[in-house]
Amino acid sequence: MLVRTFEINCPVGLHARPAAVLVSEAEKYKSEIVLRYKGREMSAKSIIGVMALGVETGGSIEVMVNGEDQEAAMKRLESFFEEEIRNL
Amino acid sequence: MLKGIAASKGIGIGKAAVLREMDDLQNLAGKTVSEPEIENETARFKNALAQTEKTMEAAKAKAAEIMGEAEAQVFEAYRMVLRDPVFISTVTGKMNNGHYSAEAAVLRAVDEIKAMFLSISNDYMRQRAEDIGHVGKSLINQLLGKAQVDLFHLDEDTIVIAKDLAPGDTVSLDRKHVKGFAIEKGGETSHTAIMARTLEIPALVGCGPDIFKIAAGDPVIIDGETGCLIHHPIPCEVEAYTAKYHTDMEKKERVKRLKDLEPVTTDGRHLELFGNIAKPEDAACVLEKGGTGIGLFRTEFLYLDRNSLPTEDEQFEAYKKTAELMGGNPCIVRTMDIGGDKKLPSINLQHEENPFLGYRAIRICLNETELFKTQLRAILRASIYGNLKIMFPMISGVSELRAAKRILEEAKAELQRKGIAYRQDIQVGIMIEIPSAAVAADLLAKESDFFSIGTNDLCQYTLAVDRMNERISHLYDPLNVGVLRLIKKVIDAAHENGIKVGMCGEMASDPVNAVLLLGMGMDELSMVPAAIPYVKEAVLKSSYEAAAEIAGKVINMADSQDIMQCMKEGFYAGKDF
Repeated sequence: MLVRTFEINCPVGLHARPAAVLVSEAEKYKSEIVLRYKGREMSAKSIIGVMALGVETGGSIEVMVNGEDQEAAMKRLESFFEEEIRNL
Repeated sequence: MLKGIAASKGIGIGKAAVLREMDDLQNLAGKTVSEPEIENETARFKNALAQTEKTMEAAKAKAAEIMGEAEAQVFEAYRMVLRDPVFISTVTGKMNNGHYSAEAAVLRAVDEIKAMFLSISNDYMRQRAEDIGHVGKSLINQLLGKAQVDLFHLDEDTIVIAKDLAPGDTVSLDRKHVKGFAIEKGGETSHTAIMARTLEIPALVGCGPDIFKIAAGDPVIIDGETGCLIHHPIPCEVEAYTAKYHTDMEKKERVKRLKDLEPVTTDGRHLELFGNIAKPEDAACVLEKGGTGIGLFRTEFLYLDRNSLPTEDEQFEAYKKTAELMGGNPCIVRTMDIGGDKKLPSINLQHEENPFLGYRAIRICLNETELFKTQLRAILRASIYGNLKIMFPMISGVSELRAAKRILEEAKAELQRKGIAYRQDIQVGIMIEIPSAAVAADLLAKESDFFSIGTNDLCQYTLAVDRMNERISHLYDPLNVGVLRLIKKVIDAAHENGIKVGMCGEMASDPVNAVLLLGMGMDELSMVPAAIPYVKEAVLKSSYEAAAEIAGKVINMADSQDIMQCMKEGFYAGKDF
């Protein structure tokens, strides 16, 4: 299992479009992808779960990836959280 | 006979298709099953998910085709909910642990998730809570095997009867066969009403609960001009309305052919006919109807239904797109007119007792100058791509106009410093909608490049009538001689100072009123695009001299009934428009 922490750097926090894009990207991987924020855990493949976390701008989340394609998945998530999210 | 609010013009004759809300949801939510049945319930749920997704896919494709990709996005949100692992496990959890039936489990899961979303207080989450509610409803329908009326495939000549229509319902509409809507809820500005006008489908809204006395298949006639709904019409009614329907259709075809003609009277006076728009894409619709400009671009769409303010670049793109679509034709961009009744989550607006007399439009802009300047810079930057003009709403006097122009100059200076191109001589006009501005129009004209009279507000402020208030809405009358005199005063003040004057209120979209306004000296009329061909026909068939004579007469008539009569006799004489 791979674990990394990211800071959320998009103006609206992790809902609306950023959440939708994250979920559609997460869905492409077989690995289990779990987000932890303020002690709660939700699947990154669930739009409801991601939004229910209510991650605000500047918040930091822990991302746990576990499965056969975990390296590829984490790499994808890194570029999502570190780059793309700023433009969403 | 039932009476509703006439929301979209035209006669609709057909058979009723009734969309019912589900009535007994509460009873369903308590239904449990025995242990051996759970497997079967799970299978029913999975099947309903698959079927509903299919329906949504089809709706999405159709929405993209009819209303554009942006509108279709709502179905993408629905689809995501249908596939959502948390949603699915919440439902199956209710079946496995609580022994609930599939229907009960869906209802409970939806309520739980909605509550979770609503506890995060922001408008975006509330919207998503609604999406989930909508998905839940579709699933329940599927599970109950309730033949929800399939709006995609309606029988020929259908009048849709419903409590209300969701955006999801209206995009999936079978436009070939629907002949009208009659809706229990809603007012003139509800989603359904606006959609019906855009699609040019006759519609009544606010018909009340009695509308559900109509059964599926019953013959129904709706009159989108008077607001009447006739249930089980008798043969002579059918005959009369069918004749009216055919006359309407012939007229529609007839005025369509005028598209490329210049709007000029028989004695050679030109009147500009423009369209009112709310989104950049609407510009195409104005051109298609033969409009040669945009007299009112409502920019509120950029601000509503979102948490953050639109960025300068985002606004720039929208204005640029509009300017380019209009190719050189004028486009009057009204700076944001928000406040009071239109909520804006991104700035703090308090509840007000009198929103129409409150903190709105230019009053917000002059206070929140950064918000205002962002919009002005975006318009200025886009101005080099076409012929944009700036219009300030809700100006009550010269000092406000000067304050707004000072901020505009600051915005220009900022662009200048950065070396960003904009049209230096961009025209700046004002909306005349507050009586004090109309009375002092001569002073305002010296500092404006043009006027546009907003009759909806001018009329409501002058007559002190809230037209949403049913008990007094009959007092809302643009032909009240006091209102007409104010309009005349504004036109004369504009011309004495060498500037043009237009109108962008609803009054301008009525062909008879349009001829009166022409006679009063108006230079330009702007209206909902669908009305342009009808007004054009009236202009083509009228003489300016005769219209001016009548305008001179009615301004001294005390009773608006007499004014109406005088206009009809004078304008219609031997003509049909």
